[in-house]
Amino acid sequence: MSWLARNWPHILDLVRQHLELAGVPLLAGLLLSVPLGWLANRSVAARGLLLSVSGVLYTIPSLALLVVLPAVIGTKILNPVNVMVALTVYTIALLVRSVTDALGSVPTHVVSAADAMGFRPLRRFLTVELPLAVPVVVAGLRVAAVSNISLVSVGALIGVGGLGELFTDGFQLQFLTPIVVGIVGSVLLALLADAVLLVAGRALTPWERGARRAG
Amino acid sequence: MKRTVTGAVSSAASPGRIASAVIAVLAALGLTACGGAANPLSSNAGGGASSAPDTITIGSANFPESRLLAQIYATALTARGVKTTLKPNIGSREVYLPALKDGSIDLIPEYTGTLLQYLDKTAPQTSSEDVYAALPKALPPGLTVLDKATAEDKDAVVVSAATAQKFNLKSIADLAPHCAELTMGGPPEFQTRPDGLPGLTKNYGCTFKGYKSLDAGGPLTVAAVKDGTADAADLFTTDSSIAANNFVVLADPKSNFAAQNVVPLINAKKANDTVKQTLNAISAKLDTKALADLDARLSAPDHPDAAAVAKDWLASVGLG
Amino acid sequence: MRAVLGELIGWFGDPAHWTGPTGVPQRLLEHLGYTALALACALVIALPIGALVGHTGRGGFLLVGLANGLRALPTLGLLTVVVLLAGVGLLPPIAALTVLAVPPVLAGTYAGVRAVDPAVVDAARGMGMREHQVLLRVELPNALPIIFGGVRSAALQIVATATVAAYVAMGGLGRYVIDGLAQLDYPQVLAGAVLVAALAVVLDAAFAGVQRVVSPAGARRSRRGRAGRVSAVRATEPGGTPG
Repeated sequence: MSWLARNWPHILDLVRQHLELAGVPLLAGLLLSVPLGWLANRSVAARGLLLSVSGVLYTIPSLALLVVLPAVIGTKILNPVNVMVALTVYTIALLVRSVTDALGSVPTHVVSAADAMGFRPLRRFLTVELPLAVPVVVAGLRVAAVSNISLVSVGALIGVGGLGELFTDGFQLQFLTPIVVGIVGSVLLALLADAVLLVAGRALTPWERGARRAG
Repeated sequence: MKRTVTGAVSSAASPGRIASAVIAVLAALGLTACGGAANPLSSNAGGGASSAPDTITIGSANFPESRLLAQIYATALTARGVKTTLKPNIGSREVYLPALKDGSIDLIPEYTGTLLQYLDKTAPQTSSEDVYAALPKALPPGLTVLDKATAEDKDAVVVSAATAQKFNLKSIADLAPHCAELTMGGPPEFQTRPDGLPGLTKNYGCTFKGYKSLDAGGPLTVAAVKDGTADAADLFTTDSSIAANNFVVLADPKSNFAAQNVVPLINAKKANDTVKQTLNAISAKLDTKALADLDARLSAPDHPDAAAVAKDWLASVGLG
Repeated sequence: MRAVLGELIGWFGDPAHWTGPTGVPQRLLEHLGYTALALACALVIALPIGALVGHTGRGGFLLVGLANGLRALPTLGLLTVVVLLAGVGLLPPIAALTVLAVPPVLAGTYAGVRAVDPAVVDAARGMGMREHQVLLRVELPNALPIIFGGVRSAALQIVATATVAAYVAMGGLGRYVIDGLAQLDYPQVLAGAVLVAALAVVLDAAFAGVQRVVSPAGARRSRRGRAGRVSAVRATEPGGTPG
């Protein structure tokens, strides 16, 4: 306990770092997944390709990706961007599937109705299909957020790891307290992010509220 | 513990910073998609991790003593009004030296002999003075070492008391005839370093049956020697767990391990007079006994913070 | 990038990397061994719990929450805790990987059993089956495809994450990644990554083959069914940490 009190400012720093390392990729991943999911939904070939590529991406061990990224994208070794890019890759791997499913689940008659009302494809996509896809996309985002937050700590092995730093630290000093604090902190962050996304998803889809109550 | 975290992940997260980070990530991914850049050590696409010109970023290797020394440097420099940030636990020399070269960090506590051999695989020097004298010429441009401390923390081949008794071992030379039956353990990089396995083969004709990758003088290595997973292992001479477990440090008559004095390795551009004086004053006070005491203090059961240990020591030698 | 690729090919071409205790076949076997062991442990823990909760319908909310909470646990943290508590050996990586694999198996089993048509279950009861017979002979066989989906994603997560075993002095393909990092030897790291990804892809294909066999024809046809259906099943699938 006294350890926690003494190190509180440092831990807060790590929490902030942790959130940024996990949050930026979530945002970047979402921005990239929407057009990719749209593409996958337009053509069968693109769908097959994108889904199998994202499946393979997800199997790359995170530590390996972190280590080789500087060689691939030309960043400096200790640049936090390396961790962010790696997590963005995993986020895309998860979200492309969600976005594709979500867009695919928009009922055909709704799309036809929008067409009949004279919506152009872009406007139809942004104002009709995308909003209707929100619940499934948010479900994917929640999974990605939890996964990102627990993955950030692997970055500690290359010196950029948010709360994961407490794992390598505690391990080298054979001291459990920091490790336990790191685990608890990481889990709390994940649950918090999950809850925030859940609430945000509901706020974004007011029309679902009635349906939820009814069914 | 007073400290800031460097790079794109520092100060409070504002929407603008997040946005720029997102853009940096997208740009980096774009680069990947277009075939990527060539050299990880020269370019700095995607937002730099370099520190501001008036800030010294102090790195450390992935073992506690290195962290503590980095903390001592940081505490002393901060007390003299120099802005510092700490980037602890970067990894092995193979990782942090490139980080020093690309400007991600500016200063790191080093050990003369193993640094020299890393830079120049054929360096013949082994004594403290010779090694230190040879260093400046071997260093990459832009990097410099300040005064060395008398404190030494050498790599050493260590065996359990039982193994020492069984083979009647006092030195690595005694070990040599038995190497082929034994498993050596240590950090992964020991397999490729000139004073690691290649050096033991060259100097003693010792080629082990196998090698177990563990950690840099950490809990894994100690555990492996204790439970016999490794018959011999690479540990550091200031490690208090050597005495605590009755391990035997084998003598090194052929000087496979060169002198390893603690020395600040720094980006020459950041080494102004205040910085030099501060770090040299630390080196002047740091002897092997003090270093071993510091290590023991750090791993004491009450688990003091590195910052507190650093502060206490600096005060005790009149540098606080 | 191109230079690194050349070196990677060179790494695979070096016969020294294919024999002995540090060679690819040995590391591959170790990796598969950890995967099989952790998956077996996860099945032993998660199958009965998921089946029981799914069958009784009690505690479902708790179980889903538990599975999500487990997913949030950082593998590296677990690994270091178990090493400090139990010492170096097989236990820490297997324990950490088992924790990783439990949520998808648990969620898959629960969702699978819940998704069995109530009419079928009622019919079974009507035929005089006892509760355990209903579970073993009706619900579980019908839930098999969804359970299998959970097992499949658990296996893939273990394969990708088993690399961390090397951080605590064990073997497996992670050895190449951890050693390559310590030696800043990119080709070695890349070789490790490629081998892990390839193993995962092969394993996934094998699982897909088996899944096709265990899926009843009806379940196969409705792959792109109603949205709610798809997402409900999907939600049990991913959610992992390629460690």
